[in-house]
Amino acid sequence: MTNASAALRERTAIVEVDNVSKSFDGADGRPLTVLDSVSLTLQEGEIVALLGKSGSGKSTLLRTVAGLIAPSRGEVRYRGQPLNGANPGVSMVFQTFALMPWLTVQANVELGLQARGVPEAERRRRALEAIDIIGLDGFETAYPKELSGGMRQRVGFARALVVQPDALLMDEPFSALDVLTAENLRNELMALWSRPDFPTKAICIVTHNIEEAVLLADRIVVLGANPGHVKAEVPVHLPRPRDRRSPTFDALVDQLYAVLTGREETAAPKTSGPLTHPLPDATVGGLAGLVEIVYAHNGQTDLPDLAEELSFEVDDLLPLVDAATMLGLLEVEGAQAFLTDAGRQWYTADIQTSKEIFARLAVDKAPLVRTIVKALENSEDGTLRDDFFRDLLRRGYTPDHTEKQLDIAIDWGRYGELFDYDADTGELVLSEIAAALSRDLAPPQ
Amino acid sequence: MTLLRPYSPDGAVVRLRSRYVADAFVLVAVAVLFWLLLRLAHGIGAPFNRVSAPSTVSTDPTNLPYYAARSLLRMFVALAVSSAFSLAYATAAARLRRAEKVLLPVLDVLQSVPVLGFLAVTLSLWLTLFPHTMLGVEAASVFAIFTSQAWNMTFAFYHSLITQPRELDEAARMLRMTKWQRFWKLDVPSGMIPLVWNGMMSFGGGWFFLIASEVISVNRHTYALPGIGSYVAAASQQRELGRMGLAIAVMVVMVIAVNVVFWRPLVAWAERFRVEQSAAADVPHSVVLNVLRRSSVPALVGRAVRPVGGSLDRLARPFGLAEYPLRIEARRRRAADVGFAAVVATLLAWGVVRMLIYIDRGTGLGEFGHAFALGLATFGRVVVLLVVSSLVWAPIGVWIGMNPRVSRYAQPVVQVLASFPANFLFPLFTLLLVHTGVSINLGGIVLMSLGAQWYVLFNVIAGASAIPTDLREAGANLRLRGLLRWRRLVLPAIFPAWVTGAITAAGGAWNASIVAEVVSYGHHTLVATGLGAYIAQSTTSGNFPRTLVGVAVMSVYVVGLNRLFWRRLYRLAEKRYSLQQG
Repeated sequence: MTNASAALRERTAIVEVDNVSKSFDGADGRPLTVLDSVSLTLQEGEIVALLGKSGSGKSTLLRTVAGLIAPSRGEVRYRGQPLNGANPGVSMVFQTFALMPWLTVQANVELGLQARGVPEAERRRRALEAIDIIGLDGFETAYPKELSGGMRQRVGFARALVVQPDALLMDEPFSALDVLTAENLRNELMALWSRPDFPTKAICIVTHNIEEAVLLADRIVVLGANPGHVKAEVPVHLPRPRDRRSPTFDALVDQLYAVLTGREETAAPKTSGPLTHPLPDATVGGLAGLVEIVYAHNGQTDLPDLAEELSFEVDDLLPLVDAATMLGLLEVEGAQAFLTDAGRQWYTADIQTSKEIFARLAVDKAPLVRTIVKALENSEDGTLRDDFFRDLLRRGYTPDHTEKQLDIAIDWGRYGELFDYDADTGELVLSEIAAALSRDLAPPQ
Repeated sequence: MTLLRPYSPDGAVVRLRSRYVADAFVLVAVAVLFWLLLRLAHGIGAPFNRVSAPSTVSTDPTNLPYYAARSLLRMFVALAVSSAFSLAYATAAARLRRAEKVLLPVLDVLQSVPVLGFLAVTLSLWLTLFPHTMLGVEAASVFAIFTSQAWNMTFAFYHSLITQPRELDEAARMLRMTKWQRFWKLDVPSGMIPLVWNGMMSFGGGWFFLIASEVISVNRHTYALPGIGSYVAAASQQRELGRMGLAIAVMVVMVIAVNVVFWRPLVAWAERFRVEQSAAADVPHSVVLNVLRRSSVPALVGRAVRPVGGSLDRLARPFGLAEYPLRIEARRRRAADVGFAAVVATLLAWGVVRMLIYIDRGTGLGEFGHAFALGLATFGRVVVLLVVSSLVWAPIGVWIGMNPRVSRYAQPVVQVLASFPANFLFPLFTLLLVHTGVSINLGGIVLMSLGAQWYVLFNVIAGASAIPTDLREAGANLRLRGLLRWRRLVLPAIFPAWVTGAITAAGGAWNASIVAEVVSYGHHTLVATGLGAYIAQSTTSGNFPRTLVGVAVMSVYVVGLNRLFWRRLYRLAEKRYSLQQG
């Protein structure tokens, strides 16, 4: 495309992801696509961040790079050789640390070396050196249970780096840690990266924290969901060490928010149905809270600021924003959210009216809720089993996702008093009938 | 200024002294163990003649310690063989895709076949393998105990293999561990707690089969192994109540001693393999483990053995990495699958046809109908047993479980009761039945329940003590009392535990029926109408086809009830009544 990327392409590629697609078998045999024709190159000397909402397949993509998952179509190559098993030149750091609880810190770090057949004396020397570099000197004989989260992740880093991998893959390595520890570890990682004798030539990190991506990466690949695909590639040219408060930093974060919340460029299907427009994972309580905050900011707020104020990450905030946008409570432009008239009405009304407003919005704009209400209205006695909708949803979603969609729809439907759900029998009951039933059973006044 | 105690070098000497004491204990214990093993091994190699082999043992009380030690040795040998079997079988089932489809159903069926049926069928095999020493009969007894322990442990290990935390599996593959390394560093440690717990429970159940297998009547011959079970059998035949009482006392001591010296330290040691990030609230303690940890002998032994581990590691390297290839030829794989299925199906069909022909020639296929009818009688007894023991023991179990002070004392007592072999008491009960004139058809229920009812109690106690305190407090707050409290709080909460206990109790009852429906004391022999009696009598008279029919019918009953009733109940308990959130 430009001279810069041509120059980039001249650098040696460590891992090449070539048009990889991944689909799983759905419940009725139809394939569910998680990744759709994704291509990615990990080159020497760069840090790449994979950023996306949950469900965008970024962990799956990382695992195809690591050789843990086989792509359904396409190929992954390590230095030109196609992978047929775990990638021999990479090491991985896990979100939940993945340490063997029955081994000491030193034994855990030595695992990779032992697997490669390194003799005992050299193994011990290299492990102690790695533990020293990572800052855990003195904890060699401790067990993981005795360590805090940050220290456990350091062990994870030591274990990954002691084998001197070509590339380091990290799957949301700091998301299980508290904010301060995460910040500390990030800085130490960057300090290691800048050392000239650091053997690892590339790093690929999966994250859902936009600021973390901008802090660490040279190139951010934004993935979109349904199915997973590359939405945008954003280069980051800020010099290291990076300053969070610099205006260029802010601008980049805003740009990424816009990309993440932006509509798809491709033509949207004419009719929106429950299979093409899934309900975002948001409770009514969460939506009410979000609307209240935007109202308190005079009807307009900057999403990155909001995230910082609430200590929310992308995965926490964006589903709420998506749900509010779907229901017409908020309007999003770039990285700014505006309260709509409907949202204002909903917030300022009393309980009964707000339920009616919500019910109307849900039936109009939330595809799955509309489908459920229409189906119940058309049914003989206003009741249907949840398996009916489950079968419908399974055509397009994995079983877990199906259950989640049903739960969200039932939550919204119950709040809006559109329908009732009996967990014992698994029946959805249209609400006017439920209301009429309870009227009939009540003793006459 | 004087808040700090001055450093005293005496502290160091005291610690050293306690370390020496621990060392002394451990060394003496190991020496005694070796001496015992040598003495016992001597006895096993004694010559054996099929015709003139002893069919009873002497009831001289001075022989009792030796007999107890022989019985104990058999139990531990069987435990070792069961552990090795479960490690190998479960790993094969979990890692080999095609083998899994065959191995798991086979295991399921094997678990339902009555253990004593196994014994009857395989005794001749063992005798032919070891013709001239007692090793043949010993092997048969060990095999009987093995079949009572192995299936549970195998299922537990298999379950732990397929539910390994995904990130540990991914980490192992990324670190490029070899198969051998992955097995010892990941598979076995992550399955250690289920293995130890299941081993402990199966060991407790194994006493029953040890006792039942020390005097074997096959083909009109009776073989008696030197052991505590045969001692009791001989004493009951000679109607020496005092000696029987002595043997029962020794048995109780042995059960408790094994618990304290072996199982408690093992369970406490296995805590280090817990995968959850925080330690369990109720950490098991063991005095023996503390002594072992304070002594330096285990560390020295470990250091001496490490080079062996290293060389085994190197030797196992050619077996390859613990990895599965990403690319598989779909068509070739399907063809191989079809071929494999065809081979298995043919073998199965051939085996079944041969067996049916054999039975037809032996007693005729009509025997199946007769056996099924008898099975209904035994089934009736099992149902009555379950109903009565639930009605009696569930309230008691709830009371014990919800009172932490009582349960601390009651739990070990119930554990000992559950592992105490009920067939020790059979001769006494037979005497009682003979004196009171109650029919064995009813008395058999009591005999069967002697071993089986404790599982209901055990599990209900565990379930009741696991009711979360906030549920109980909410119940107290809402003033739930009496029947309402039972219906709404207690019964639903203990339902899953009760189902587990009932399944185990039912299985134990079916097994017990083989020894409980034909009982004898002195000259009296009482025979009940039922499938257990059918199997026992056909084994004694050497009618092999009938034994086969009886064992097959009982297996069909157990497997059928499992699928149609127990599995559904269990799934309901898991779905609706499980106390885990989300």
